[in-house]
Amino acid sequence: MSAVYVWIETFNGKALNSSWEALGAGKTIAAAAGVPLTAIVFGENAAAIAAESGAHGADKAIVSEDATFNGFRLEPYAALLSKLVSDNKPKAVLAIGTARGRELLSASAADTDSSLITEATSLEVQADGAIKVTRPVYAGKIISEAVGSSAGTQFLTLRGRAFKPNPENAAAKAEVTTVPPVLAEADIATKIESFEEEVGTVNLTDAAIIVSGGRAMANNPKDAPAGAADATVWKAQDGFDNTLKPLADVLGAAVGASRAAVDAGYIPYAHQVGQTGKVVSPDLYIACGISGAIQHQAGMRTSKVIVAINKDAEAPIFKLARYGLVGDLYQIVPALTAELKKRLGK
Amino acid sequence: MHVVVFTRSTPDTAAKVEVGANGAVTWGDAATVVNPWDEYALEEAILQAKNAGGKATVIAIGPEFHNEALKHSLAMGLDEAARVWDSALEGSDSLGYATAAAAAVRKLADVDLVIFGKESVDVGTDQHIYQTARKLGWTTLSYVSKILAVDYAAKTIKVERLLEQGKQIVTSRLPAVISVMKDINEPRYPSFIGIRKASKAVIPEWSLADLGVAAPAPQSQVVQFQNLPVRNVQVEMIAGTPEEQAAKLVDRLLEEKVL
Ligand SMILES: Cc1cc2nc3c(=O)[nH]c(=O)nc-3n(C[C@H](O)[C@H](O)[C@H](O)COP(=O)(O)OP(=O)(O)OC[C@H]3O[C@@H](n4cnc5c(N)ncnc54)[C@H](O)[C@@H]3O)c2cc1C
Ligand SMILES: Nc1ncnc2c1ncn2[C@@H]1O[C@H](COP(=O)(O)O)[C@@H](O)[C@H]1O
Repeated sequence: MSAVYVWIETFNGKALNSSWEALGAGKTIAAAAGVPLTAIVFGENAAAIAAESGAHGADKAIVSEDATFNGFRLEPYAALLSKLVSDNKPKAVLAIGTARGRELLSASAADTDSSLITEATSLEVQADGAIKVTRPVYAGKIISEAVGSSAGTQFLTLRGRAFKPNPENAAAKAEVTTVPPVLAEADIATKIESFEEEVGTVNLTDAAIIVSGGRAMANNPKDAPAGAADATVWKAQDGFDNTLKPLADVLGAAVGASRAAVDAGYIPYAHQVGQTGKVVSPDLYIACGISGAIQHQAGMRTSKVIVAINKDAEAPIFKLARYGLVGDLYQIVPALTAELKKRLGK
Repeated sequence: MHVVVFTRSTPDTAAKVEVGANGAVTWGDAATVVNPWDEYALEEAILQAKNAGGKATVIAIGPEFHNEALKHSLAMGLDEAARVWDSALEGSDSLGYATAAAAAVRKLADVDLVIFGKESVDVGTDQHIYQTARKLGWTTLSYVSKILAVDYAAKTIKVERLLEQGKQIVTSRLPAVISVMKDINEPRYPSFIGIRKASKAVIPEWSLADLGVAAPAPQSQVVQFQNLPVRNVQVEMIAGTPEEQAAKLVDRLLEEKVL
């Protein structure tokens, strides 16, 4: 058992901050097993990111820089990770369970016939060396405790924001090894034609604060302009843009939504929180005009502090909330935005 | 040209799911439904097979109650259904599933496209998709929001994928495994005739011997299920004018140190 590997996810040549959480979780396992914590960094800027990994607790780093790694494709990443695992038999391979992290670790666990447990929210190394994790299942209604076989490499994807990064130490250095890629461009079946980045929006799963709007966004007291194709949709969209977004902006928060709001075309699907949307667990979740259906709860119930703003005092969301404000969101949200601007000095 | 789609039954998303006295997960007599994400996969399989003049087959792996999802699929218009089950898969993990799923695809000839839903709403986080693809040795295109072009003769596909940071357009060689998002299509409702036909269908059950594979030794196992700890939150209702409510809430949030 040579090491604990942590895949450092990158985007446009920069490490995702959540990757440092994975190094935090990896440290627990590496310390218990008495093996080094190794950052795995492929692609653009890998050497610089490996150096950053050292500051975040990695003892070693394995890097590979090659044009085939730019813009993440599963095949070259999985081929190299699987080779490293087969050659070096690490005790564990960890990554944050982003789309890419899930894909890569699942693929590599299959290639190497290894144990794979996804969406871990806590972990513990047992006396026999096996890693036991807890993970939410059935939309968070139940907790499952699962354990990997200690004989081989254990692959784990971690839920974002569930583990703490190691304290940063700018002086700490990781010992870097460079390896060549396994696949050449000609061996790769996929080709990225274009990528259209969605800029300016805070990523829901990384956000420390989320402000969400529901079907009630349509109850905007403003009148839709005569030319609007659909007055209801216009009012709701205006509400998201000019009532909810300003609150999110003072808080540095991401904007979420219920499925009712998404299905009605008030806001794109990428914002949906819930069982068939994103599962989030921010420090603060502010639900505005959301009733709190079980499928919505599935996506946000692990938020640390939940605030509900709803005109119906009987809405189920109040059963989950820490603070409840009964009233019209179109009055309360602007008042809250103004108050926060004042108090946070913005 | 043959399209294969995977699905299974999941408890209705509104069901009260809990851990029973025997430690197993139960949802009482609540209905099971097709995994909601898979409705898009099933619809896409029907559309792709039709466009190419081919056939679409749906497969579930698991015990008999998954026939409900298969019957729903047939009622929607899938051409054929099969269920894979074997006592050797009892207590198996995703490696066992992927081994069986890949073998089931190999049993069917002429398959260029395998479609999955984005994930399962109950226990999964989509690993079955990628592991099945790897066991087949095929490319994976996940989170597909649009199939822009597909050429079964030239064996190429071009898709749009919805990723965390934006939209990617990617081309790939076939065969491939794809997983599809909501928004890719508008799943149809089963027709009356479809439901009647599906209710009479006899769904074949394939054992691992039928597929010519053995179950791999499980590498991970569930130790136990637990009910959610009771969330000990006492809601504090904040009353007053909107301005008073806002001021009091900000006080509380500053005390909670979440701002
Ligand atoms: C398979 C399946 C999957 C699903 N997945 C999801 C999912 O991922 N995410 C999700 O959110 N839902 C999901 N749902 C839908 C879910 O069941 C609910 O229908 C949905 O969450 C309701 O959205 P809502 O709360 O915005 O709307 P409603 O339930 O209509 O609630 C609107 C609320 O706004 C309040 N209100 C109205 N006007 C005002 C005002 N001016 N000020 C303040 N409050 C006001 C009302 O009192 C009410 O409580 C799913 C359903 C199914 C069947
Ligand atoms: N036992 C199974 N039989 C058929 N399809 C499955 C099975 N398990 C998962 N799937 C499908 O695989 C996809 C991903 O599921 P999961 O990996 O469980 O999140 C979904 O489309 C599921 O319906």
